[in-house]
Amino acid sequence: MVPGPSTIQRPSPVWSGLRRVLALLLVVLNSILPAGSADEKRIAVYSATAHYSLPVTDRGGREYVGLLEVLEPLGTVISHTDGIHWKVRYNNAEAEFTANQNRAKVQGRDFDLTGNFLLESGRGLVPANTLGTLLPRILGGAVTLNESSRRLFIGNVATHFTAQLSHTTPPRLVMNFSAPVNPTIATEPGKLRMSFTREPVVAPGSPTLTFGDKNIPSATYSENNGTAELTVNGGVALMASFSNDGRTITIAPAPQQATTQPAQAPPAATASSPVPPGTAAPFVPAAVSPSGRRFYAVLDASHGGDDRGVALATQLAEKDVTLAIARRLRQELESRGIATLVLRDSDANLTFDQRATLANTARAMVYISVHAASNGKGVRIYTALLPAAEENNGPFVAWNTAQTQYLTVSQAAAQGVASQLQKQQIQVRTLAAPLRPLNNITAAAVAVEVAPPGSDVMDLNLVAYQQNVASAVANGIAALRAQLGEPR
Amino acid sequence: MIPRHLVIGMGVMLVAVFAMGIYAGRMRGRVAQTAPAADTRPVAPPPSGPTEQVTLYVAYDEAGILRAEAARIPLPSARQQRAEELLRALLEIYLAKDSPHPLAPGADVRAVYLVDPGLAVIDVNGVFANGHRSGVLEEELTVTSMIQTLSSNIPGILRVKILVDGKDRDTLAGHADLSAFYDTGAVAQAVGQME
Repeated sequence: MVPGPSTIQRPSPVWSGLRRVLALLLVVLNSILPAGSADEKRIAVYSATAHYSLPVTDRGGREYVGLLEVLEPLGTVISHTDGIHWKVRYNNAEAEFTANQNRAKVQGRDFDLTGNFLLESGRGLVPANTLGTLLPRILGGAVTLNESSRRLFIGNVATHFTAQLSHTTPPRLVMNFSAPVNPTIATEPGKLRMSFTREPVVAPGSPTLTFGDKNIPSATYSENNGTAELTVNGGVALMASFSNDGRTITIAPAPQQATTQPAQAPPAATASSPVPPGTAAPFVPAAVSPSGRRFYAVLDASHGGDDRGVALATQLAEKDVTLAIARRLRQELESRGIATLVLRDSDANLTFDQRATLANTARAMVYISVHAASNGKGVRIYTALLPAAEENNGPFVAWNTAQTQYLTVSQAAAQGVASQLQKQQIQVRTLAAPLRPLNNITAAAVAVEVAPPGSDVMDLNLVAYQQNVASAVANGIAALRAQLGEPR
Repeated sequence: MIPRHLVIGMGVMLVAVFAMGIYAGRMRGRVAQTAPAADTRPVAPPPSGPTEQVTLYVAYDEAGILRAEAARIPLPSARQQRAEELLRALLEIYLAKDSPHPLAPGADVRAVYLVDPGLAVIDVNGVFANGHRSGVLEEELTVTSMIQTLSSNIPGILRVKILVDGKDRDTLAGHADLSAFYDTGAVAQAVGQME
């Protein structure tokens, strides 16, 4: 184990218990409300390495955001609290803040925040509207903050789109995006709304697009609370379908039979089901299996909180590497149209039982536990080494052997992921391991243990390596989507 | 004015307290010197007599594999003691200077209990678990090498449970599950992937 910073004190059992309960509550809420509730303020961050959204906190009439949370997904970050001073180091850039002061030192030079810096339980909060000027000093690149909609673009990452109406019968609105997108789609009478929570979609030349067609007369673009929304107005019920690896969305009137028949299971790669006119439809998942069951991935960054996992190096804990890889993997899966939940998206304590319960409750089709190791090279893929059989009791499945009936599909998933890693020239091995909570998961379940590419363990932190591994794992899951999507 | 006899009495008592303090301190030091150091050796004496050929499943960290290796070790006739000696022979390899799979110095198997039908309970000491390196593969190699060594040399073992200092524990060092009972058939299959 690596000793923590000098300011970290061992919490009392009561406080530790409270923290665990709070962390679990946050994760449960996050799983229920992946895009944030309507009341919760969030800021969306888009960069070349990760797209994510963070909660915004109100303090004294000003919006604040945790600076460490902003920087963590972007690279190696170390923070240190010394009394009222809070230092953060991102790669080679250093910044020092003082609690309740608006003057900071960034890269050795004075920097004025738009409000006082706040230090709460070791967490450094900066005014949200400072990020547009503060981050370029730390990251060393262009940063654009859209303050009113709370969307932060790091580098040139914006996704642009064009919309063109094809005057066929029926008409089709074809929207081409410069990168794959996976919006949440909802329909209501006369409208189809696409919400982009994780994609850096930016406004077209005009926020209102008119097409001069009675079935699809116009579309409007708006941004709010870290989300971009595109609303297509229709004279009839509309449906959306995805193609071109998520780069094209085609909007067309829903088939007529949808008005008299129950919604049919959509064909593969179709993003929505027909919706009867006159009725509000619930949110439609972006990726739907041929059976109609949603293909949903749950990523589990192992360890977290007090459990640092393997001390990979003096300043490199397994829990931090697993979180970084899980976040990259989420991005890769979502870019392939696979809805994904990261179970531990912060430095929270979660027990094995809590992880398994959350994954099973979410009815994931695939569960991927992420681990990191200092020994060996490349990636090891594990499936469950099931314990001695326990008896099921009627409809209740024995907890320790819940994985039993999913083991075959888990092994297929492991093989699929392994073959994609091999294609990327990454050394890979598949094994069975007594690794909880794999045996408790009621879905295809694999653990991905990432070791360094060579002899230097610090290479585990290389963005390019993590991205390479995440991309290959996502390819493996995407390739198996049809197989895993079959009803069991 | 304090009477003279009271002053003398108080002085005598102070001297006595001071002398008792010195005496008690010396006695404590003498006890510490004579107390034996923490004993991590097995309770039972090392077996002697004729040796038997056994198969030890030895972990190699470098390659991340288990190798079946023949060895000749003295084994007692009682089944339970045989099981303990088998695991101690395995640990002797892991605790050696050029170990292919190092364990913490002082790591030991406290006891192995063979409970019918087909259950073996391995009780390792705290040093074994608390000093174990963390990692999925490192921990799995340790667990599977012990279970496979036991089940391949002692017939009839179907399930294995591992305790630490006689108590249940969630994991060995953060990864390998110790909460459930291992199925020796499933372990044998996993070992097949690791050979």
